[in-house]
Amino acid sequence: MIRKINRDPVEPAAGNGILSRRIFLEGTLAVGATGTGLSCASAEPLAVQPWMKTPGSGFVGYGQPSPFESKVVKAFLPSPATPGVGASRTPLHLLEGMITPSGLHFERSHSGIPDIDPDQHRLVIHGLVKRPLVFTVEALSRYPMQSRIAFIECGGNSQVLNAPQAQPLNATAIHGLVGCSEWTGVPVSTLLDEAGVEPAARWVIAEGADAAAMSRSIPIAKAMDDALVCFYQNGERVRPSNGYPVRLLLPGFEGNMNVKWLRRLKLTAGPAMSKDETSKYTILLKDEKAWQFVFPMEVKSFIARPSPGLALRGPGFYEISGLAWSGNGSIRQVEVSADGGQSWAPAALQGPILPKAPVRFRAAWQWNGGPAVLQSRATDDTGMVQPTRAQFAAERGLRGVYHYNAIASWRIDEMGEVNNVYA
Amino acid sequence: MSTPKRIAGCLSMLTVASAALAQAPQFGQPIAPADIAPWDISIGPDGVGLPPGRGTAIEGEAIYVAYCQACHGEKGIGPSNALAGALVGGIGTLAPDKIPVKTVGSFWPYATTLFDYIRRAMPFQESKSLTADELYAVSAYILHLNGIIGATDVLDAHSLPNVRMPNQDGFIPFPRNPK
Repeated sequence: MIRKINRDPVEPAAGNGILSRRIFLEGTLAVGATGTGLSCASAEPLAVQPWMKTPGSGFVGYGQPSPFESKVVKAFLPSPATPGVGASRTPLHLLEGMITPSGLHFERSHSGIPDIDPDQHRLVIHGLVKRPLVFTVEALSRYPMQSRIAFIECGGNSQVLNAPQAQPLNATAIHGLVGCSEWTGVPVSTLLDEAGVEPAARWVIAEGADAAAMSRSIPIAKAMDDALVCFYQNGERVRPSNGYPVRLLLPGFEGNMNVKWLRRLKLTAGPAMSKDETSKYTILLKDEKAWQFVFPMEVKSFIARPSPGLALRGPGFYEISGLAWSGNGSIRQVEVSADGGQSWAPAALQGPILPKAPVRFRAAWQWNGGPAVLQSRATDDTGMVQPTRAQFAAERGLRGVYHYNAIASWRIDEMGEVNNVYA
Repeated sequence: MSTPKRIAGCLSMLTVASAALAQAPQFGQPIAPADIAPWDISIGPDGVGLPPGRGTAIEGEAIYVAYCQACHGEKGIGPSNALAGALVGGIGTLAPDKIPVKTVGSFWPYATTLFDYIRRAMPFQESKSLTADELYAVSAYILHLNGIIGATDVLDAHSLPNVRMPNQDGFIPFPRNPK
């Protein structure tokens, strides 16, 4: 098939150099005619490298990234007194696509990562059920399984953007408590049906087998809807840091509720009021009240490139690439702005577009070398639009810590340096 | 083989096949509630699940000093470990435009949560190691430091759920949860 090359100039779509997304839709770009290409001197003569002259290395049992990619690692602050307490962050500014490599998926742990022998692990279902049941991992693995691609986002992600002044942090430090995997496991509803749910059961208390026995209360409707007991993450067994041998997946719900190292589901009439659903993961509002049981991670997006630490190298063409997701459904639209939200143009959305899964968006930008403020604004298929920081603050104030989802801003200066700002 | 016998044979095979199809996989093992008890550490805000035992703040101080103070600070103020957080103080700081200091005293809505959390997750280096009496006593000490109960008030399965926390009415439902 002969591909028709489109040589038409790419038209601007919004202010300060945002170009039409048809570059991505048609896969062509008229370089030169519109001045969108980087001007370069002629290249050096090509060298034949040593790795083309002798055989390469042998096979290994489990592949590792190239040593040249050694900087692509999770970001975390050491906590020598309490190792494994706190979080490590997905290096979002160094990744592409929608799937997070399993070894780079963020982790949030409350008492370290337990070293669980799967043969000794058990999942018990009890409380308001007709038949209390206990499952070995081997027994769980015999049920018909389901796979789905879903994000998990920590309720505390991006919380630093509540601060009165914008902090000099990069995309990973700000937004890195989100990841996306293909998760495979058994529907919780299958197991609850086998145990026989009593009519009085309204909540399911999920508990982990870590030293903190992390515990959250989940509405029975969610447990019976799309909750999974997962064994597999991106085709291999769930990593210890993400809940080996089995974890709970509650698509779209606050990360903390997706209990790792799942050992117990207790059906009850009321919530447990556990530490992590009262003193934490509640949102203190402008008045003295706090929202409690804030389940969905609402519509959100951020720009991964350009971003702090990834400076622009002179005026010209740049791809703006980022992620958008919604715990309430699918992403319908992402818009981008290079003038701090004065004008917007739709970004191209990279398929597949799945409910409760991140979408990679891309926009074309012709940087003229002047100041710019890059923003992205996502809309989901419930019609919910990502708020501005001012709109977000007007509704709930900036004391809430959790579930920060307002539009984020990167300022580009004349040197091409990128910084976190409020705009 | 005569025709009627053949038909009977086919019918019985059909019966077996449809019975097999109708049965969902069931791989859970029944377990008696008494055998679950060692794992059932959930305590509801109504106190269901609280074990027998008792303790007072006076008794709890030594336990706090031995197991808690290194991270949470003397008398629950000024924790040395930022992740540990302050346990005491902050009452009044939830008011509008103030910087909130969220502690057991200023923010936690239920005293049962304190007992539940200490029992499941603390002391950090040796969780699930305190006795029920020690748990009641150290819970009482933290509540007493917050001015919520007296130094000699006895905490037990009956009194703990009846402790009224200052911020018990401080929580409202999120208006946009899925139906």
